[in-house]
Amino acid sequence: MKEFQIQAGVLQPERDKLRLASPSCGGFVTFEGWVRNRNDGQDVLRLEYQAYEALALKEGNRIIREAFERFPIEKALCIHRVGSLEIGELAVWVAVSAGHRDEAFSACRYIIDEIKYRVPIWKKEYYADGDSGWVNCEACASHAHEQHDH
Amino acid sequence: MQNIHMKNINVEYFAILRERAGCDRETLATTLNTPADLFAELQARYKFPAMTSIKVAINDEFADFQSQLKDGDRVVFIPPVAGG
Repeated sequence: MKEFQIQAGVLQPERDKLRLASPSCGGFVTFEGWVRNRNDGQDVLRLEYQAYEALALKEGNRIIREAFERFPIEKALCIHRVGSLEIGELAVWVAVSAGHRDEAFSACRYIIDEIKYRVPIWKKEYYADGDSGWVNCEACASHAHEQHDH
Repeated sequence: MQNIHMKNINVEYFAILRERAGCDRETLATTLNTPADLFAELQARYKFPAMTSIKVAINDEFADFQSQLKDGDRVVFIPPVAGG
């Protein structure tokens, strides 16, 4: 198990964690990224994730392979959700199993940090005041401000 | 040497660029040779916002903005990502 996946349906970590099981693993670490109700001072109602799937899968799997080169881990799985998500829903799940906890923590951290930075997935926030915007896109923020002014 | 031959480039849009272009994808007949030139033209046409750290992919691999485009290439401009 050494894989990055993209999924439109609800993530099922309790089911998928079984894929990380191994008799030689003493450490199992997961990270869950949840949809938060507030970002950058604005109340968020829901999110939409969009992926450039062909390249996102390549880059995500490159990151998983890099984690295996850097840390002595046994299995790693990352699943990223796409589509429309409500507050509190699970947007991304990273799971790593290893002989010991140190490398499981380190690899899990490495994977989520690199995923956020490198994988072509975008997030649109829908705000309580009716605006919306693509996160990390500065012009979206200025566009939202233009709408406020009217 | 300038390559003046017309080529068909398949451009696919995501996120803010998809909204501004008003379509998911289109095929452009162009004599432009690089993703840099193509992006400049599309930015002017669709009023793409000025963004830091735009990347480009050609045929589903990250590429250089100065790469030479070939007939039939699939080009995706990648605005700042926000997964996780």
